Amino acid sequence: MSKMEATKDGALLSVSDLRKHFAVKGGVLSRVVDKVHAVDGVSFDIAAGETLGLVGESGCGKSTTGRCILRLIEPSSGEIWFEGADVTKMDATALRALRRDMQIIFQDPYASLNPRLTVGAIVGEALTIHNLVKSRRAHEERVVQLLETVGLQADHMRRFPHEFSGGQRQRIGIARALAVEPKLIVCDEPVSALDVSIQAQVINLLEDLQEQFGLTYLFIAHDLSVVEHISTRIAVMYLGRVVEIAPARDLYDTPLHPYSEALLSAVPIPDPTVKRQRIMLQGDVPNPINPPSGCHFHTRCPIAKPDCATRVPELRESRPGHWVSCHYRG
Amino acid sequence: MAEPLLDIRDLKTWFKTDDGMVRAVDGVSLHIDRGETLGVVGESGCGKTVTARSVLKLIDMPPGRFEAGQILWQGRDLIPLDETEMNKIRAREIAIIFQEPMTSLNPVYTVGDQIAEVIELHQKLSRKQAMVGAADMLKLVNIPNPQRRVHDYPHQFSGGMRQRVMIAMALSCQPKLLIADEPTTALDVTIQAQILELMQEMKERFGMAIMLITHAMGVVAETTQRVVVMYAGKVVEEASVEALFGDPRHPYTQGLIRSIPRVDRSAGRQARLESIPGSVPSLLDPPPGCRFASRCRYVMPACTQAIPPLKEVAPGHKVACIL
Repeated sequence: MSKMEATKDGALLSVSDLRKHFAVKGGVLSRVVDKVHAVDGVSFDIAAGETLGLVGESGCGKSTTGRCILRLIEPSSGEIWFEGADVTKMDATALRALRRDMQIIFQDPYASLNPRLTVGAIVGEALTIHNLVKSRRAHEERVVQLLETVGLQADHMRRFPHEFSGGQRQRIGIARALAVEPKLIVCDEPVSALDVSIQAQVINLLEDLQEQFGLTYLFIAHDLSVVEHISTRIAVMYLGRVVEIAPARDLYDTPLHPYSEALLSAVPIPDPTVKRQRIMLQGDVPNPINPPSGCHFHTRCPIAKPDCATRVPELRESRPGHWVSCHYRG
Repeated sequence: MAEPLLDIRDLKTWFKTDDGMVRAVDGVSLHIDRGETLGVVGESGCGKTVTARSVLKLIDMPPGRFEAGQILWQGRDLIPLDETEMNKIRAREIAIIFQEPMTSLNPVYTVGDQIAEVIELHQKLSRKQAMVGAADMLKLVNIPNPQRRVHDYPHQFSGGMRQRVMIAMALSCQPKLLIADEPTTALDVTIQAQILELMQEMKERFGMAIMLITHAMGVVAETTQRVVVMYAGKVVEEASVEALFGDPRHPYTQGLIRSIPRVDRSAGRQARLESIPGSVPSLLDPPPGCRFASRCRYVMPACTQAIPPLKEVAPGHKVACIL
């Protein structure tokens, strides 16, 4: 798609034609034999204060997209504009400064906290790195304040991560992200590993914090019910490309792309009195090493026509704010 | 009423650890009738998986042990049976599928070999006949090119296809009960829909009963007839699926249902999710009284004194709460 098409003025973050190809090595000489097109030309905007949900199934490139934005993974090409600067062109110093504004929360609260550091050290580390506090006392006060903000207690700072439950660990991860007072937080599957009753606690916390600190979220998840609940707008990804972007309610009421439609109809509804017509997709998601030609979805699409295999659909605005990339929908 | 297919009575499966006795399953009673799908729901550590594994005696002993209770399979208690006797029941009468099929398939044998082994063992067929049977089973679970794919190894299948292989293996001896322990939790939502549909098809075809263990309320609502809700090693509520979602009685069940965001309701983000405060208590020497008391919004002094028994509040609807 052409650049800047889905963008508008006043965006905090603007991603344009982002690509990330991972090399696949093989043979005795570990030569590059192939490339995985993990992110294959993704563009979207996030306005200050909103939550953009990024959904899709395993391997669609949603997490890679999130990590490219922070440059935890180096993008292969494309632009990432954040407050007037292109993140892809930043040097190490600029990147360090950027991480004061952009933070990430990970899925696995067990793997993302250093088990040998106390909670106080984990949450306070960034304060030291970025020189945000002047004295030890100020440091401790700030850590306590952060812990209380996320619903933990002051005395938790002297404990270690293993002493906490999954939900509490996720709170620690959130407190760590908040330490630098960021503007944007990439939430990469933040509640997927949690039980439902705990999941609701963390979602509510994220919503409260957004209101309190005016945060902007890129919320990456595979659970469509959670994404619908928390997002202002939603982008649906399939095999490295965005197939649809729309305001959350619009997407759920009138999905345009056949993939979004099938994805939504597959979500089980926790109400036995609701009976729906389910659109069954045949087969599995194709291998991203050799994605199907044309529209990536044509091999599983219930309305595919012959030219879908040859022509790549552009993401275009079908209704105000509702973008879709399908030759025959919208 | 006819005798239930499976009748678990006051089962206690405990585990001895260095820190003390973990009461993973602590007095669970439930039954499954022929041909029905029973959902067993609850969060991590509620004992649902241990209950399921206890039925097939797949619990390592020690550290585990059956402290009390009976597991009546068509009227016969499985607990005193030895391994030889149990092996006659496993696969042939009760089969089980797990969340992560890769860990339950042997990576160094072809899937055909593994399915054929089950058929050979339990149906006393030759290897050649069993291999034909294996291909038939793969075809039944809608795996494309079954004749060729019987010779493939587990890693050559995708997650959804592997779960189909597991189902093929589980059904190869036409069991009367299939225990499915979080069968779709590791799968993407569109693949989950395929697998749930397949299980439904297979159930109708073979007339077997299913014990579906899951934490996903949506899956329960769409696939089961009756539901047992577990919390911290105990059953807190049992009801028909309609009654459970329409008129949940236990405060935990109510909280569980209200805490899930729903795509079909335009609540959007205006509405806050209801959450249950706190977290699940330790099963290591749990306190007396109702185990949900510390998180319950209706808690009263009496709740912490004695464990509330499971009482019938309407036909087929049982609740363990003093309210």
